[in-house]
Amino acid sequence: MAQDVILLAHGDGGALTYRLVKDLFLRYFPGQALQALTDAAALDLPAGRLAVSTDAFVVSPPFFPGGDIGKLAVCGTVNDLAVSGARPLYLTASFLLEEGLSLADLERVVASMAATCREAGVEIVAGDTKVVERGKLDRIFISTTGVGIIPPEVDLGYHRVAPGDRILVNGGMGEHGLAILALRSGLDFAGQLKSDCAPLNGIIADLLAAVPGVKLMRDLTRGGLVTAAKEIALATGKDLLLEEEAIPVSGLVRGAADLLGLDPLYLANEGKFMAIVAPEEAEKALAVLRQHPLGKEAAIVGEVREGKGNVYLRTAFGGTKLMDMLAGAPLPRIC
Amino acid sequence: MVPVAGRAASAEKGGRVRYRLTVKGTVQGVGFRPFVYHLAMKYGLKGFVRNDAQGVYVEVEGGEEEVKRFCKELRQHPPRLARIAELLVEVLPPAGYSAFEIDSSRAAPEKEALVPPDVAICPDCAREIFDPENRHYLYPFTNCTNCGPRFTIVRELPYDRARTSMASFPMCPDCSREYHDPLDRRFHAQPVACPRCGPQLELYDAQGRSVEGDWRENCWELLRAGKILAVKGLGGFHLACNALDPRAVALLRQRKRRPHKPLAVMARDVEVVRRFCELGPLEEELLTSPAAPIVVLKRRPEAGLPEELAPGLKTLGVMLPYTPLHLLLLQGPLPLLVMTSGNRSGLPLCKDNERAWEELGDIADYFLIHNRDIVNRCDDSVVAVMGDTPVFYRRSRGYVPQPVKVPTGEGPVVLGIGGEMKNTFCLLRRGEAFLSQHIGELDTVEGEENLKTSLENFTRLLGVKPEVIGYDLHPDYRSSRLARELEAKYRFAVQHHHAHMASCLAENGVEGPAIGVILDGTGYGTDGCLWGFEILTGDFSRFERHYHLAYVPLPGGEAAIKHPWRIAVSYLLTFLGEEGREWSRRLFGAKEQELSLVEKIITQRINAPLACGCGRLFDAVAALLGVRWEISYEGQAAIELGEMVLPLEKGKRLPPYPFAFGGEEISPAPLFLELLADLARGEDKRIISTRFHNTVVAMVREAVARVARSTGLTAVALSGGTWQNPYLFALARESLEALGLKVLYHRQVPANDGGLCLGQAAVAYKRWWEECV
Ligand SMILES: [Fe+3]
Ligand SMILES: [Mg+2]
Ligand SMILES: [Zn+2]
Ligand SMILES: [Zn+2]
Repeated sequence: MAQDVILLAHGDGGALTYRLVKDLFLRYFPGQALQALTDAAALDLPAGRLAVSTDAFVVSPPFFPGGDIGKLAVCGTVNDLAVSGARPLYLTASFLLEEGLSLADLERVVASMAATCREAGVEIVAGDTKVVERGKLDRIFISTTGVGIIPPEVDLGYHRVAPGDRILVNGGMGEHGLAILALRSGLDFAGQLKSDCAPLNGIIADLLAAVPGVKLMRDLTRGGLVTAAKEIALATGKDLLLEEEAIPVSGLVRGAADLLGLDPLYLANEGKFMAIVAPEEAEKALAVLRQHPLGKEAAIVGEVREGKGNVYLRTAFGGTKLMDMLAGAPLPRIC
Repeated sequence: MVPVAGRAASAEKGGRVRYRLTVKGTVQGVGFRPFVYHLAMKYGLKGFVRNDAQGVYVEVEGGEEEVKRFCKELRQHPPRLARIAELLVEVLPPAGYSAFEIDSSRAAPEKEALVPPDVAICPDCAREIFDPENRHYLYPFTNCTNCGPRFTIVRELPYDRARTSMASFPMCPDCSREYHDPLDRRFHAQPVACPRCGPQLELYDAQGRSVEGDWRENCWELLRAGKILAVKGLGGFHLACNALDPRAVALLRQRKRRPHKPLAVMARDVEVVRRFCELGPLEEELLTSPAAPIVVLKRRPEAGLPEELAPGLKTLGVMLPYTPLHLLLLQGPLPLLVMTSGNRSGLPLCKDNERAWEELGDIADYFLIHNRDIVNRCDDSVVAVMGDTPVFYRRSRGYVPQPVKVPTGEGPVVLGIGGEMKNTFCLLRRGEAFLSQHIGELDTVEGEENLKTSLENFTRLLGVKPEVIGYDLHPDYRSSRLARELEAKYRFAVQHHHAHMASCLAENGVEGPAIGVILDGTGYGTDGCLWGFEILTGDFSRFERHYHLAYVPLPGGEAAIKHPWRIAVSYLLTFLGEEGREWSRRLFGAKEQELSLVEKIITQRINAPLACGCGRLFDAVAALLGVRWEISYEGQAAIELGEMVLPLEKGKRLPPYPFAFGGEEISPAPLFLELLADLARGEDKRIISTRFHNTVVAMVREAVARVARSTGLTAVALSGGTWQNPYLFALARESLEALGLKVLYHRQVPANDGGLCLGQAAVAYKRWWEECV
């Protein structure tokens, strides 16, 4: 077997493992804590509450328009920290590699992670690598854990959500989910669908700095906008009312979703979040979001109402739809 | 009618006797008490009559001969709107009454008396409102015992003014006198009213400013100027405009976001109807009946009706003015008005004034509003005549809440909660099925609320609490979800097409077993696929599936139904392989990139559930013929394809296309091959459409013949929305009868999902009987 692919021995802790770490991971991840190659990273932390988040990334295929599993693994955890009000600082990364993965592919992933870390201003401080037999996974899985600090002045949470609050999103819905689905099914739409995968800590930092009335944020990953809204509604016991016509969805996503019979409001995003903001600061929050490159399509999409934990969508026709979490693909109800 | 029952007579022959009569059925609010009073006077009898929650209760005392003649006449010639379901007579010893009196209403625990349906204005009242000498002159809320609002204004039983939305209008001395005068036409007419004491009409502009002057003159002028009016009627609002002004009609369509779905019109009188449409005797009878439904008529092509009224169709839904308000509006310069239901697309009919401002504010320019509340929302009914048979497309105002007799007996009250679209529900009690008014689509919160509140009102009016519920098997129907939330002892999930079949059997008074031919859109099957071209056998309690059309993937699920061309592509790829792919490229090449994506969605089965609905087959053929690639209302492609056929006598002589049986499946592959060959030869599309219809009938006949041979069954029930296709229905009926079979079809409830609830209730009743007793 040629040397340019991953072998089981790359994961056995011996010479090949050492070479992999030295030649690849340490070359791309410059952080002092990692370079020291100690058993654990010792970190200095600023004042505030510690935020920790962890996530496993198993996206298949690992390379897709707009990103790859490496970028996703950084963004996913960074965004989880950021929407919690934390400033993300450090990440750890565990790699599960399939025997036979090309080193070139692995390097692409690692390089992409490194670039995303630079963009997000976070550092990878610890890592691990395991290799599994061929066929046990699709090339590469990555698990990341992140820590960050919630500054003392930041107070986000369900307890702050009140009727009248506005709901904002930073851009078009459904891009990641559709891009992956299209790629997997070999559907190629005119004007390619791209994942929106991006680290959100920058735009969120801008928002928090300028708008103290931000009360809660959620990233809109699996299940999309509606699922996140439903979770908030259930947790607060309030209703969330969304305005269909206000929710940004690109023409491309709309067309593709219509063909596939899917609703963009349920599709995953990897660079989108929603913020619940006091009504008097909603316009300001919108302005701040729109100034950032990741918020050009930002919009106020709805509001919080007194209620019973439901999510409603007011449609373009003026009707109201009750939006539930999805359980599988919906079957036609038209007789 | 129940024969005379009761205790032994205690009166000596020829002497004085006292009879007690309990009359059940539609006997309140139809002038029954004055009728009884007049009858008692006629025969010189003493005693009393009163309404109670069971119906009407009478005691008459007098000479035996007179009392008997009284009973006979009561039975044989009740008032025009009364419907006696049951008459109990008991003989009692004389009590020595000195007069005949009308007792005031009283309530009793079991509410068996029925609220009558709303009734179109009667000729007497019509005459009065145009008589300048009459105190009802030009009064838009004039009514009497023989006409006026009923179901739509009732809150509680027994049916009495105090329990209607007329309660807030105290009668003036004149009205009160008529109301209390047993010899008056308005004696005990609950909604009686006049300009001095009754509801008032007011015309407002869109900003809510009252418009000065005569409302009729104002409305006529506005309509003539192409304006759109929201008009509060009997069961809800209408949106009105001049039907002969194409620009006004187009504007209404644009504002209502309803590009093609046909709009109903209201014509001044039968003469006007005749000017624009062909009108048969049966159609005229329906049009002028007390129920005054919308009747679907064939348009006269030469009459110059704007195409915008019903684009792509040869028919038009027409009704006559059924309230004094309508009559006054139509007795002006405009003989024909669009009167489409006042709602936003997909939402329930608007019935309350405040909601109307909100919902119709950006559709209507003016609002013609009155201050009598509509308690029960009730859309216009829609009927058509197929051959010699009137059929319902929608059974609502004028018919609801009149029950349908069904072959079920004693037991608990059963609720059939209906489907997801065209929803109606039904309450089944001792062999009578009370179907609700049209509830409509349930996919909005407003639609679901409409179902909930209507159900509450209906159960309260009937004074029942359902213990057994039948609901559709589809996991996502809102009605099914509601059924699971409602309090009830027993619940039964009923397969959609089984319910269709049971509905047809039930209204025909048959329990089965029978063969069922259910041609429908898409309904959830027991195999998780979407059924809709089903040859079944069964009865109320169970069914068996013998044959069905072969499945095709529906690309994008529900999305495909709005784009019939995608279904056509699915048929081509599924049944004709490479050749089909070439055909789809040739026919739908204009769709370019979309086409190759749809092909992939089909072949890779990405969100593409399997379906075999007859409606979908019609969609596919309509798209292949270029009739319609995309639709803007449900069933549009199938309806337009259905209107392309040749007249039956000519059409039925054309040969069907071939098809093939394979196990349970009927394959349309040969059909598509030959149909495409016809298309390639440039064959007249009317002929292709006709041959296609003939093919569907041939499939049905062949499958039914096989099932009849193997089971020995001789009755065939036709149900499902596709049977509203007049050509298909007539030809199928004829060819199945030619096989010596008895054909059962819908006459009292719609063949579409508007009749589903009846079948659900019948099945649930039978299952309860078998499993829970
Ligand atoms: Fe159906
Ligand atoms: Mg996470
Ligand atoms: Zn009258
Ligand atoms: Zn009066």
